[in-house]
Amino acid sequence: MSDLERAGSLAERCAAGERAALARAISVVEDRRPGFRELLAQVAARGCRGHRTGITGPPGAGKSTLAAALARHWRGAGEEVAIVAVDPTSPYSGGALLGDRVRMAPLQLDRGVFIRSMATRGAGGGLAEAVHDVIDLMEGSGFGRVLLETVGVGQTELGVAAAADTVVLVLTPESGDEVQAMKAGLAEVADVFVVNKSDRPGARALARQLRDAVGLGRRRQGGGLDAAAAGDGTLARTPSGPAAVTTVGERAGALAEEAGAPGWIPPVLAAVATTGEGIAAVAGAIEDHRRGLAGSGALEARRIARAQARIRAAVRAALEAHLGRVAGGGGFAEAARMVAGGRETVYEAAQRLLAAGGILSGDEEP
Amino acid sequence: MTSTHRRIRVLVAKPGLDGHDRGARVIVSAFRDAGFEVVYTGLHQTPEAIVEAALQEDADVVALSILSGAHMTLLPRVKGLLDESGLGDVLVTGGGIIPETDADSLHSVGIGRLFGPGTHTGDAVAYIREWFASSGRAST
Ligand code: B12
Ligand SMILES: Nc1nc2c(ncn2[C@@H]2O[C@H](COP(=O)(O)OP(=O)(O)O)[C@@H](O)[C@H]2O)c(=O)[nH]1
Ligand SMILES: [Mg+2]
Repeated sequence: MSDLERAGSLAERCAAGERAALARAISVVEDRRPGFRELLAQVAARGCRGHRTGITGPPGAGKSTLAAALARHWRGAGEEVAIVAVDPTSPYSGGALLGDRVRMAPLQLDRGVFIRSMATRGAGGGLAEAVHDVIDLMEGSGFGRVLLETVGVGQTELGVAAAADTVVLVLTPESGDEVQAMKAGLAEVADVFVVNKSDRPGARALARQLRDAVGLGRRRQGGGLDAAAAGDGTLARTPSGPAAVTTVGERAGALAEEAGAPGWIPPVLAAVATTGEGIAAVAGAIEDHRRGLAGSGALEARRIARAQARIRAAVRAALEAHLGRVAGGGGFAEAARMVAGGRETVYEAAQRLLAAGGILSGDEEP
Repeated sequence: MTSTHRRIRVLVAKPGLDGHDRGARVIVSAFRDAGFEVVYTGLHQTPEAIVEAALQEDADVVALSILSGAHMTLLPRVKGLLDESGLGDVLVTGGGIIPETDADSLHSVGIGRLFGPGTHTGDAVAYIREWFASSGRAST
């Protein structure tokens, strides 16, 4: 069987809902095994698209628990859900501990849920290089909802935004310092903020801090988290469960036109992922955001931006591989000796290597 | 753009009602430090859940830790379900409190080496590496 035929049959088996085929296809793509390009092309040809929700936040914030709770919510609505959970590869051993399934145990035997753990394998941004491709495979296998869990909140870790249509940032009452540190950029980072572990003291204070950072302070109309939080700082039980800082109507009303994002003001929502409290509101906010994106054309813009970043990454990787083949380790090593010895500048060396690789003609500026 | 080498994916699970998880944690860390990608599923897993997780994760190895004494029912059940799911070529190995005579009959139903108290984790790592190298999976 040729790579193309093999890819074709694997893609077909994925589309037919064969779970083992999807699992194997993910490995093929993740490892860049022979035929992975053909496989992705076969899957892309089916044009299946779903909604991608990214869940990010510091370790231990409750991302996996929240992902499981959201998946359960959507399963209740009859949707099929795929989850990709990314954990860091150890820089020392190249190994990884992928432990997110521990929190997702209740979903393990639900045939409408598919969970895959991935290691970053050295890719930056907290995201495995192949994670986009893996999500494409999941959508091509009929999953209309994909949840992507990644680690971290630092600026460099926010590559998740590029892979998701809607980004949820999960924080806890202990996250005050992190919020402080990234105050300015916070609103650009996420579309929905979740103050998880709102059963613990300090949830109210964090929500206020977030609300200020995101610029909600001005917009809050009565209610709000001050009302939602009890005097001791833990979440008050309103009849409908933990209250949202903003109401759905307020959020919808905020969907004005604005450059880039469609005037969306990220809501700050309280939740207790372990009990499911507040999860319906989080799912509601994700749905509002999805609708806002679709209605304003911003969804298409996000997809184009995403495609552009992926193409650039693919071109860059191919160029580097090509140069590596042409110049070889020896070519680079020789150039490095020249530069270190002061016989050539870095730029001259780069230009020489690019010319040797046929990427630049000898006299062209890089 | 070919990957440098294929990572070995190991699913570590604790089947049944067994709260002894120190050994599993030691093994998980050792496997990670050996360069394996280790999926840990946590305590109290049914054989069905373990096999479904192995399938979704496309695991090369299912590594079970069991100190409860229920190994004679749970381990063959995991192996049987793997076979039924078309995962007969996945290595089933494990460790914990498993008497020698029991281990012999478990090997006879297709279960690999089992490691008891005092195991040097390096031995388990070497066993998995050797199995992997000879399994033909390295080139898939
Ligand atoms: C510590 C311990 C506990 C702790 C567990 C803490 C925890 N979170 O793990 C506590 C106090 C909670 C406990 C409770 C019980 N325990 Co206890 N416990 C032990 C004890 C003393 C040590 C186990 C241990 O942690 N060892 C250290 C770790 C690192 O070693 P390990 O688990 O053996 O793992 C090594 C190898 O076995 C191997 N390995 C293990 N798993 C795997 C997996 C793979 C893939 C590989 C390659 C290798 C491998 O590699 C590891 C590293 O060398 C043993 C006795 C003993 N000497 O083993 C009894 C023992 C396991 N317990 C026993 C019993 C009966 C119980 C209880 C039922 C007691 C009771 N009546 O309440 C409860 C049940 C708890 C439950 N929910 O399941 C019995 C089991 C008897 C049996 N199987 O027939 C034992 C053997 C004691 C005895 N001699 O009777 N226990
Ligand atoms: N009290 C409390 N604990 C929670 C809540 N959500 C998650 N946890 C616990 O926090 C720990 C880390 O959760 P996990 O989902 O693994 O976090 P992750 O590292 O962000 O994926 C686990 O022990 C969870 O049970 C919550 O809402 N309240
Ligand atoms: Mg997690």
